[in-house]
Amino acid sequence: MSLVSRNVPRLLFQALQSSSSRSIHNSIANNTADLAERPNARTTCTLIPGDGVGPELIYSVQEVFKAAGIPVDFESYFFSEVNPTLSAPLQVVAKSIERNRVCLKGILATPDYSHTGELQTLNMKLRNSLDLYANVVHVKSLPGIKCRHSNIDCIIIREQTEGEYSALEYEGVKGVVECLKIVTKTKSQRIAKFAFDYATKNNRKKVTAVHKANIMKLGDGLFLKSCEEMAKLYPKIEFEKMIVDNCTMQMVSHPHQFDVMVTPNLYGNIVDNLASGLVGGAGVVAGASYSANCVVFEPGARHTYSEAVGKNVANPTAMLLCSAKLLRHVNLPMYGEMIRNAVEKVLNDGKVKTKDVGGQSSTQEFTYAVIHNLQIPPQPPLPTY
Amino acid sequence: MSLEVNDFFFVFQGPDGKFGIPQAAIESVNRNKVGLKGPLMTPIGKGHRSLNLALRKEFNLYANVRPCRSLEGYKTLYDHVDVVTIRENTEGEYSGIEHEIVEGVVQSIKLITEDASRRVAEFAFQYAVENNRKKVTAVHKANIMRMSDGLFLRCCREVAKNFPQIKFEERYLDTVCLNMVQDPHQYDVLVMPNLYGDILSDMCAGLVGGLGLTPSGNIGLNGALFESVHGTAPDIAGQDKANPTALLLSAVMMLKYMGLNSHAERIQNACFATIKEAKFLTGDLGGKAKCSEFTNEICEKVAIS
Repeated sequence: MSLVSRNVPRLLFQALQSSSSRSIHNSIANNTADLAERPNARTTCTLIPGDGVGPELIYSVQEVFKAAGIPVDFESYFFSEVNPTLSAPLQVVAKSIERNRVCLKGILATPDYSHTGELQTLNMKLRNSLDLYANVVHVKSLPGIKCRHSNIDCIIIREQTEGEYSALEYEGVKGVVECLKIVTKTKSQRIAKFAFDYATKNNRKKVTAVHKANIMKLGDGLFLKSCEEMAKLYPKIEFEKMIVDNCTMQMVSHPHQFDVMVTPNLYGNIVDNLASGLVGGAGVVAGASYSANCVVFEPGARHTYSEAVGKNVANPTAMLLCSAKLLRHVNLPMYGEMIRNAVEKVLNDGKVKTKDVGGQSSTQEFTYAVIHNLQIPPQPPLPTY
Repeated sequence: MSLEVNDFFFVFQGPDGKFGIPQAAIESVNRNKVGLKGPLMTPIGKGHRSLNLALRKEFNLYANVRPCRSLEGYKTLYDHVDVVTIRENTEGEYSGIEHEIVEGVVQSIKLITEDASRRVAEFAFQYAVENNRKKVTAVHKANIMRMSDGLFLRCCREVAKNFPQIKFEERYLDTVCLNMVQDPHQYDVLVMPNLYGDILSDMCAGLVGGLGLTPSGNIGLNGALFESVHGTAPDIAGQDKANPTALLLSAVMMLKYMGLNSHAERIQNACFATIKEAKFLTGDLGGKAKCSEFTNEICEKVAIS
């Protein structure tokens, strides 16, 4: 009895939601001619659901895409290191991403040891085979999510193909392990250029290089020198350098001083997560990894949240924001805007919140709420040429 | 209180123009097995060896302990923080072995040894037992550095078995960073390799109000050195403006290390009470008091207790 009474409202709610979503679907379908920048073309996008709650979040994105009638087709691959027998081969996935040039990806779990004794994780292999060298995470306070700091707005650009993640380790003598951190001039210059270009393109004022060159004089020194040299070519952008430990301390106490940050691999990982924590956690921050040819959109703080699998409690905000970015990237900015606005509206209303940001709603309820709030943007943004 | 400060040293500038630690100071610490030190400044980029590093090497200071606790009366955005970071201090990324293999390609070696990892793990658990702590968290990145951090982690796991009364957990560095700013209460004692410790201890200090409020202790084979880790602030030197809390709390840690717990408690309580009353706060805490006024207030409180 109690089961029934508990489920009835939910059923009603879902019925309501689905009917309203249908009506919205129709209204959008009627307007696709205005909306679609390329009316007949459809975009194909590689999809990697990932481990942990990834598939649930991706499902949420797919539901929203379906409801909004977005002309994007997914090419889905199961890709996982913790489940190697079911995983699609790396070459196949990499080829698909190379072909489609865009990918939406959940988080891959990285176990502490590999079954085959390999040091490289699947994540690293994918990044290296596609040369996804720049990870960009835009950490921005969202409306409706209560945090200690508000109005945080910084961009963290992380080199992610070398550094500590080179997977070169050996045990020369028993009980003594050496782990190599590789820093190269080419890649340091490349990421520094990326950061300054990004700052220029997005009207940012300042680039902060995060390093530990006082200790690793050669390695981080090379990174820092590359950034300094690059900074000279961009006189309009202020350049600043900061030691990583001071940077984390400043980040937790005065996060507003940061604008664009450029970091080597490991420090980027630290700062990404720290900054994500400041604006509401791993469930709300979107990120993207760029190579010269393709982009992989994935959540900014990488946690599989495996303890929540199947519980329908994960927050799909990050993944939805990723998909909005993806749409902007494939030149469907209005659809992207639509999803972003809907997510922000739901968060701002504060009625439907997942557990991680202080609510009680399920992933599904949140998804339906977003669908319910999908609206064609009142005014199309003027094209910027 | 029968503590005698019998040696007092200044850093000297040697005949080669480089700064060094006077031999007498080293002998003094060797004799007394314990030292207290203010901040030292290493001139940047002139080939000077860091004096802090020299001291660490000299006394084999293998563990750096940094308790971070929210102080009542000084409000930050993070409440009730109470974590202790314990950092391996002799190896890891700070091994200082770096080569430029070919032009434009540098390799830095991070060195992790079983002995050092086990030593610091044992210290962490021992510390937890002695200070009534409930949990030790090993912070690592073994998913990326599978052998080196894997070794560190394995040592922690093995040591944990000898301390069944202390809860043990393993967390990735990024997870700790994420959770620390969201909910610092879930952590108690953290033990980690060198670089992660450096980063996390400063970050935790940031949670409670900066390096001016957090003490630090270095535990070694040949003695222990307690210090304040903030900068030297040459701009306010001689103006009686600095906040002595970090150094004072370091001294409290030193007293505890020497087993003078009741004295340590008295000073600590007086210090906390003075900050809580907020009548005599130094400039960095938003007050107007001088360093000497702040100190006098604490002395009075110690005398009463």
